[in-house]
Amino acid sequence: MTLQSVKFYQTGTFTVGNRLLDESMRTVQSNRQRTNSLNSGHRACQGCGEALGARYAIDAAMRATQNRVIAANATGCLEVFSTPYPETSWQIPWMHSLFANAASVATGIAAAMRVKGKNDVRVIAQGGDGGTMDIGFACLSGMFERNDDVLYICYDNEAYMNTGVQRSSATPPAARTATTPALGMHPGNDFGKGKNLPLIAMAHHIPYVATASVANLHDLEAKVTKAMGIRGARYIHIHVPCPLGWGSRPSDTVRVARLAVESGLFPLFEAEHGEITASLPLRKKIPVDEYLKLQKRFSHLFGSAPDTIAMIQEIADRNIAKFGLAEGE
Amino acid sequence: MLLQLEGSRAMAQAISLCRPEVICAYPITPQTHIVEALGEMVKSGELGHCEYINVESEFAALSVAIGASAAGARSYTATASQGLLYMAEAVYNAAGLGLPIVMTIGNRAIGAPINIWNDHSDSMSMRDAGWIQLYAETNQEALDLHIQAFRLGEALSCPVMVCVDGFILTHAYERVEMPQQGDVDAFLPPFEPVQALDCDDPVSIGAMVGPEAFMEVRYLQHHKQSRALDLIPEIAQEFAERFGRNSGGLVKPYRIEHAETIIVALGSVNGTIKDVVDDMREEGHAIGSLSITSFRPFPLKAVRSALENARRVVVLEKSLSVGLGGPLSDGVRKSLSGIALKGHTVIAGLGGRAITKKSLRDLFLRAERDELELLNFLDLDMELIDRQIEREKEIRRSGPIAENLLKSIGTVCSKIA
Repeated sequence: MTLQSVKFYQTGTFTVGNRLLDESMRTVQSNRQRTNSLNSGHRACQGCGEALGARYAIDAAMRATQNRVIAANATGCLEVFSTPYPETSWQIPWMHSLFANAASVATGIAAAMRVKGKNDVRVIAQGGDGGTMDIGFACLSGMFERNDDVLYICYDNEAYMNTGVQRSSATPPAARTATTPALGMHPGNDFGKGKNLPLIAMAHHIPYVATASVANLHDLEAKVTKAMGIRGARYIHIHVPCPLGWGSRPSDTVRVARLAVESGLFPLFEAEHGEITASLPLRKKIPVDEYLKLQKRFSHLFGSAPDTIAMIQEIADRNIAKFGLAEGE
Repeated sequence: MLLQLEGSRAMAQAISLCRPEVICAYPITPQTHIVEALGEMVKSGELGHCEYINVESEFAALSVAIGASAAGARSYTATASQGLLYMAEAVYNAAGLGLPIVMTIGNRAIGAPINIWNDHSDSMSMRDAGWIQLYAETNQEALDLHIQAFRLGEALSCPVMVCVDGFILTHAYERVEMPQQGDVDAFLPPFEPVQALDCDDPVSIGAMVGPEAFMEVRYLQHHKQSRALDLIPEIAQEFAERFGRNSGGLVKPYRIEHAETIIVALGSVNGTIKDVVDDMREEGHAIGSLSITSFRPFPLKAVRSALENARRVVVLEKSLSVGLGGPLSDGVRKSLSGIALKGHTVIAGLGGRAITKKSLRDLFLRAERDELELLNFLDLDMELIDRQIEREKEIRRSGPIAENLLKSIGTVCSKIA
């Protein structure tokens, strides 16, 4: 994803400095006129990656659609912390029905807009990795195959955080969760399990699939903006660290997210109609342990399980090869 | 217009006259013909201004309807049996959110053992979900109830199930009077939602509610149903005035004047019951019947006033509340609180078992002789049951029950004399 020919990066963070950019190229978030779709005052934990990701994504979608967005939300952290009755942080028309049906509810909203001739109104469904990849998977796949005019955004924090950090099909190998404790011969989550939903989404041949990270705001906003310019089923999978579940410092959320990308464990790419069209090369590849060591969910690997870290490194290396992430080096 | 139509097709035409804006379709016997017919109408353009969505499950069907209804579109779907159970979570959700979706239930048994034939186990399983439940007695009433259901549901912001006996009504060809579009338009104004997802007036729908207000939200659902007790007869009355026939309402008493024995039932079996009542009345028996159209809300007062002068009540139910009896009897007994009359529950017709005039006549005669128990099962093959119970006593690994029973019965052709 290239938005400018000359790149300015702040020292050590790789975050592009908005102040150095032409105003038109700055992020939606840096603009005081941003909609703040998910307004302050909600009850997310300190350093919540999902709250950050949701505000980034929805604000960008609002900008892209002249503020004509309706969202359907799956049950989960985002739903619970944003709408404790009778308060709501949402500045957009927003609906929560059930855990598993956000994609279907969004299909229904989109159908209602179509039948009422409100073609300018765009519909987003959103949920966590559990609501998207596990319990909501059937509804999501149905929405994809019908090519319903919905952008589905998954905020992936790699476990069921709302219920107290239980394993999901997005939980990485070796990670400690409440249901994959760091005990026994093979502590943490098993290797060889789990699924890659962006690739499954691509297998539906929908117009647009992308991965994004809260560590790369420009890239995330560009992908959401691009998605809103397309009709049909679209899917964006955003990596959002969870300080509570991952055992990372709240102040490290963006750092942890960036290390996931720079290690190759969370590749950033785009696909159209089932084919990968772009991937974001790593600026400077880092070994996975730099990412892992910031998180207590992997603390059992250090000192006693160098083989396990090597296995995780293999996953990162395979990603780098598969998604062509090394080209930037 | 008089038409000779399959029940499903008649209902589909009536639903089409209601100008639904979003229809969600997922196949399950025996409701499928309804959504098939609607699909034809949308595809051909006969039913315009309507989105027809083929979904991947019943759970999705109702979820799409929830989204569409919350966005202000008149929404419809249909299901039956396992499909209703599969969407159970969304059934409660639609009611909790106050979305006036209309859903046809082509009543069918619930497995295991898997069974596609008619009884009321499916809709009974959702009786406490907060939906209004109307049971149709005939194909004419089935189509009329749909028109009334949209009107009623939208007036109250409450979803409505129209329960129609699978096969007996859905697949039966009968003569029906099909209303004219202009009359339906005059009877049913466009859907004006009390809440809608609207970019010009953003609201959050579906907030989390804790102990501080949850009971009040639930009470308000109950309050809606209490209002429905007044609204259902009013709408039925207005329907009668406009369309010239009585359909719907809370209850339909039949020959209950001076009746000592009154039979209470839901749905199409009331036709057979009335035939038997006619025969027995002609022979001088003091017998009548009460068809209950509105099961939710349950019309306690109307049932009480219909039954209070009888000596005994027989509640004929196509649903078994395993371990207790029948759910319809519970409501009937509550309506008779403080009145000392004999009450009997008869479980009948489960899984499509035919309820014949002969069986009913024998049953009613036994009721008159006070030979019925509190809980009775109509036309049960006790020999078959005893054999299985013996088998289970003899052998630990007695095997699957359904297969054992079928083996005991033998093949169907072996019974042809």
